[in-house]
Amino acid sequence: MTLPITVVVDGVAMPGVAGQTVAGVLMGAGRLSWRTTRNGRPRGVFCGIGVCHDCLVVVNGLADVRACQRRAIDGDEISTEEQA
Amino acid sequence: MSVETPEVLVVGAGPAGLAAADAARRAGAQVVLLDAAGDAGGQYWRHLPAERPAARERILHHGWGKFTALRGQDVLTDAQVWLAERHDDRPPTLHVLVGPADGRDRVRKTFAPKALVLATGAYERTLPFPGWDLPGVFTAGAAQALAKSERIAVGRRVLVAGAGPFLLPVASSLVRTGAGVVGVLEANGWPRLARGWSRRPAELLATRHKGGELAGYVRDLVRHRIPYRAATAVVAAHGTDRVEAVTVARLDPRWAPIAGTDEQIEVDAVCVSHGFVPRVELAVSAGCGLDAYGAVVTDDDGRTTVAGVFAAGEITGVGGADLALAEGVVAGLAAAGSAASAAQRRARSDNQAFAARLEAAHGIRPGWTGWLGDDTLVCRCEEVTAGDLRAGAAATESRGLRSLKLSTRAGLGVCQGRVCGRTVEELLHRHTGGLLDRGRTESRPLAAFVRLGELAATEQVAEEKEPL
Repeated sequence: MTLPITVVVDGVAMPGVAGQTVAGVLMGAGRLSWRTTRNGRPRGVFCGIGVCHDCLVVVNGLADVRACQRRAIDGDEISTEEQA
Repeated sequence: MSVETPEVLVVGAGPAGLAAADAARRAGAQVVLLDAAGDAGGQYWRHLPAERPAARERILHHGWGKFTALRGQDVLTDAQVWLAERHDDRPPTLHVLVGPADGRDRVRKTFAPKALVLATGAYERTLPFPGWDLPGVFTAGAAQALAKSERIAVGRRVLVAGAGPFLLPVASSLVRTGAGVVGVLEANGWPRLARGWSRRPAELLATRHKGGELAGYVRDLVRHRIPYRAATAVVAAHGTDRVEAVTVARLDPRWAPIAGTDEQIEVDAVCVSHGFVPRVELAVSAGCGLDAYGAVVTDDDGRTTVAGVFAAGEITGVGGADLALAEGVVAGLAAAGSAASAAQRRARSDNQAFAARLEAAHGIRPGWTGWLGDDTLVCRCEEVTAGDLRAGAAATESRGLRSLKLSTRAGLGVCQGRVCGRTVEELLHRHTGGLLDRGRTESRPLAAFVRLGELAATEQVAEEKEPL
């Protein structure tokens, strides 16, 4: 049995299942990139094991969270760009 | 804050750490085993989380029965060691944050163990190529991790490329999660592979589990008609917002691309791995000596050069899960004050031959820089190119890695040079005619990214990010 969860990504509800990482939810929904570098290059998962820090997201207002390492919790608010 | 004083503290709950903790417990020691991830198993036995039980987990894994036997132990998960505080007369004190990854309200724990076993594993080394920062280009390990712990297939037309036997289980995991694999490219040619793999058949016999494991992956390639090409590499990835195609080229025995052999292949994902880097930041903080490959030096009992500190698994030299298990048993027993049997020592030394063969057959060769352009990114975090590195070395005439990193910013981003560090060192070594302080990329005062706010209540004053 899997337990469905919903996270909110940039204001839009996105379904997932309990136990997925934030990156897993995003990629499961077809997102391949969600961050841009200061030179405007898109980035998503690269190493997938918490080493490269390419996949950073903001989780519930906290910046610099590795999406591939953080388990998604029902109701999490994910923002893909840091607030100024 | 109270300090816990276990007899044996094991860091890392992959094959080596699980085996070490289990052996130490069986020898009667009081053991704490911790891991930064949410589950035991390490990278090798990655699996779906408890919330998503899978009846057929076994089909994605080798040695799953062994893992099932070892995983019953108590493991302190989501436990990130961020600082090893060195002492002259005993193993270091480890400072740990326990809670959701990169969270802000994690629980602080401090361990002052009588013996410490480091089993922190390795991560991949991926050589840069033009376009390697496009979304859809992954390390092979990422594809493996997404397949095993998320059941996500990274693409429909996936190319697996790089060097080493690890490419095969990755291709295997991909097809077993429903991805289409258009090919596996190995940078080394058949002559080198044949020399590396068939020169000493006695060693193959000793590592027969490994042989059987590889045979299983090869069967998957054959069944899914996936071509395996030697002496070939991805030399560029193309696309705007994501990878859409790659250029592949034939390589000479030094891994230099051969002119006129370029070929374009449409793909929606590329998974690349050129080998592994031992994850030694804790070992370096603890003062452990490293060998020429950057692996932790150990004796026959897994003792490092620091009294009371032991090491096992990939941080002592990359050799696969069988070797990690064997090293874990020996180090765990020694850490508990017990001695390994002759058979246990033999299992360790038999498997060590595999590591040497791996390097002989698949080690990175210097010609790869032939596929770099001046505008190819080397440091992904700070977006420093190969041309920036060359120009930086020429402009400053410095031969110091530290000063060249400061002037170019290479390796100073949020990953702290874990992805590009060895590549930056290799390139600067050539541009400068020889670096004076090669190897210092591995020296990181903080073992993990931590938030100042999270530490505000502790006595330690630490900078969030040490510049070098």
